[in-house]
Amino acid sequence: MAEIFTGTIWPLLQLVGLTLLIVVPLLVAVAYLTYAERKIIAAMQLRQGPMFVGPYGLLQPLADGLKLFFKETVIPSGANRGVFLIAPMVTFVLALIGWAVIPFGPGLVLADINVGILYLFAVSSLGVYGVIMAGWASNSRYAFLGALRSSAQMVSYEIAIGLIIINVLITAGSLNLSDIVEAQAEHGWYVIWHFPMFVIFIASILAETNRHPFDLPEDEASLVTGYNVEYSSMTFALFFLGEYANMILMSAMASILFLGGWLPPVAVPPFTWIPGPIWFILKISLVLFVYIWARATLPRYRYDQLMRLGWKVFLPLALAWIVITSGVMVTFDLFPD
Amino acid sequence: MTAAAFVFYVLALVTVMAAVMVIAARNPVHAVLFLILAFFNAAGLFLLAGAEFLAMALVVVYVGAVAVLFLFVVMMLDIHFVQLREGFLRYLPVGVLVGVVLLAELVLVFGASAFDAQPAPPPPAPAAPSNTEALGRLLYTDYFYLFQAAGVILLIAMIGAISLTLRHRPDAKRQDIAAQVHRRREETLEIRKVKPRTGI
Amino acid sequence: MLSLDRVARTVLWQELVRGFALTLAYMFKRKVTLNYPYEKGPLSPRFRGEHALRRYPSGEERCIACKLCEAICPAQAITIESEPRPDGSRRTTRYDIDMTKCIYCGFCEEACPVDAIVEGPNMEFAAETREELFYTKEKLLENGERWEREIALRLELDAPYR
Repeated sequence: MAEIFTGTIWPLLQLVGLTLLIVVPLLVAVAYLTYAERKIIAAMQLRQGPMFVGPYGLLQPLADGLKLFFKETVIPSGANRGVFLIAPMVTFVLALIGWAVIPFGPGLVLADINVGILYLFAVSSLGVYGVIMAGWASNSRYAFLGALRSSAQMVSYEIAIGLIIINVLITAGSLNLSDIVEAQAEHGWYVIWHFPMFVIFIASILAETNRHPFDLPEDEASLVTGYNVEYSSMTFALFFLGEYANMILMSAMASILFLGGWLPPVAVPPFTWIPGPIWFILKISLVLFVYIWARATLPRYRYDQLMRLGWKVFLPLALAWIVITSGVMVTFDLFPD
Repeated sequence: MTAAAFVFYVLALVTVMAAVMVIAARNPVHAVLFLILAFFNAAGLFLLAGAEFLAMALVVVYVGAVAVLFLFVVMMLDIHFVQLREGFLRYLPVGVLVGVVLLAELVLVFGASAFDAQPAPPPPAPAAPSNTEALGRLLYTDYFYLFQAAGVILLIAMIGAISLTLRHRPDAKRQDIAAQVHRRREETLEIRKVKPRTGI
Repeated sequence: MLSLDRVARTVLWQELVRGFALTLAYMFKRKVTLNYPYEKGPLSPRFRGEHALRRYPSGEERCIACKLCEAICPAQAITIESEPRPDGSRRTTRYDIDMTKCIYCGFCEEACPVDAIVEGPNMEFAAETREELFYTKEKLLENGERWEREIALRLELDAPYR
């Protein structure tokens, strides 16, 4: 009995505990990301944003969550029930499982797998299923059009993201996220070496998470809100949480690949006193700020412009950069190992 | 039963059931979704066998891209489910035949040992530190020409698809975004002071 | 030379950078929000809000039941019935305004020869039921009493332009 406990149940409990340690702060972060988004956009538009629920409107996300929680779940009569209900769960779960491989500090990672970056890439490429299932199962034209747009968009930008990741992999010489960060301690942050790729990566993750200015799948003006029109209450909340958790995940990915993860900007005393996870969170916040900043600044793309940007600008640029990177590394014999 | 074996049986069971549902599901979209589930569990099996790179590649390529296109096409098709099922019994013998032939081939290839009750022995640890590296070394050394040939074949397929669908339409108006972006006020606007009641 | 300039602008994302810089600069500017229920903007003396029936300083109601307002009302929101009072003066027995029909055009106010019906400065009279918005003579007179000071001031301020 004791053996089963120490052998199976205890590690399992530990795993559950660690998972909760990531998931709960993540959900709180999602809640306050919506708050930050509203506040920052408000500030850029000379408004104040949420002000009345709690001091400075700090309890607004909780109020919103509570409101959604107490609403009625409406399932359209023509909807495909099973798929309709699975879709938001898929989105939400996929946004969470990516965090398993994110290193928060040296050794501070739930699953330190060798193909961490591929895992992240795979998870982000699966995100399209939640959207496409929701759009199809809703039995609504707006939702369906939103899903079609979104799937085409996500598949297109994934390719650009994949090629950009390859650039980083060539320079770091590993698919392990911790190794990639450690390599940046040696080489300097990749945002310096791969700056154009960093910008393209940021733009691509905006498209990948269906955020402004690439939020055509939920374009209110032409599609009402796209694939999630028919969703209400908790099913909608799951989509919402999933989308924002995905934003944070993508920001974490950007910080790991380009901004040196948990590393301080300069490895000298005043910076090294601050622990790694704090640096990591600061960097994620910086990328998230760019997300919101872009939303406040840029108008929405037209769909053909979006596709043109993905296939005719980002893809060739990323490919060319791979050739350049490889060329430079071969010429100067810079390969790790 | 060890944890690994338990996970294997769960994954295998789900894979097989999902595969059955692919042909048994009434709704073609459901069939594709089950196909995706099968891919996913197959990736899990790869993972269990220690082939993590292959597992991730399976998920990224098949689940993340190919199956999306499948789903795309199937969703757009206007399929009458009843008509689709009419021929099921008629084609069953052929289907069974193909299945049996495949099974026989697999048995021949792997030998009877694969079907023993014993789980397969753990795969020998690859010589290279990670199987990504091992795969890379194999692909870019021993099988380099074959790998390149595969790439060329894909390129030809791509060019073929593009040349089949590309139509040159001289009547279509096209946007030159670079020209639009670089238009300056001086080039397009001319400001004139017009006196009242004189016109230009 | 011009094309070099163009290339430089494109490669350095000049437009993108300028756009982002603009929004960032605006983020630190002073906010222009009025926290409405607690802070309010100025109202013009001509603002047309909730209706009121006024009285003379003596306490006598101004309205003489001429029905000009009823006649001019484009939304036909006003209903008036009248009878001679025991002292012989002509007064209304009923003066109803259906506030759900009213379009706040201010014609009634313009038409009134004795400045009896006016549109006051109050615009915060939302109600939970339709019935509360069917104003009767009592309600309108009560409004007149409540808002008399503001109404008188507004009329005085606007008088030079009438």
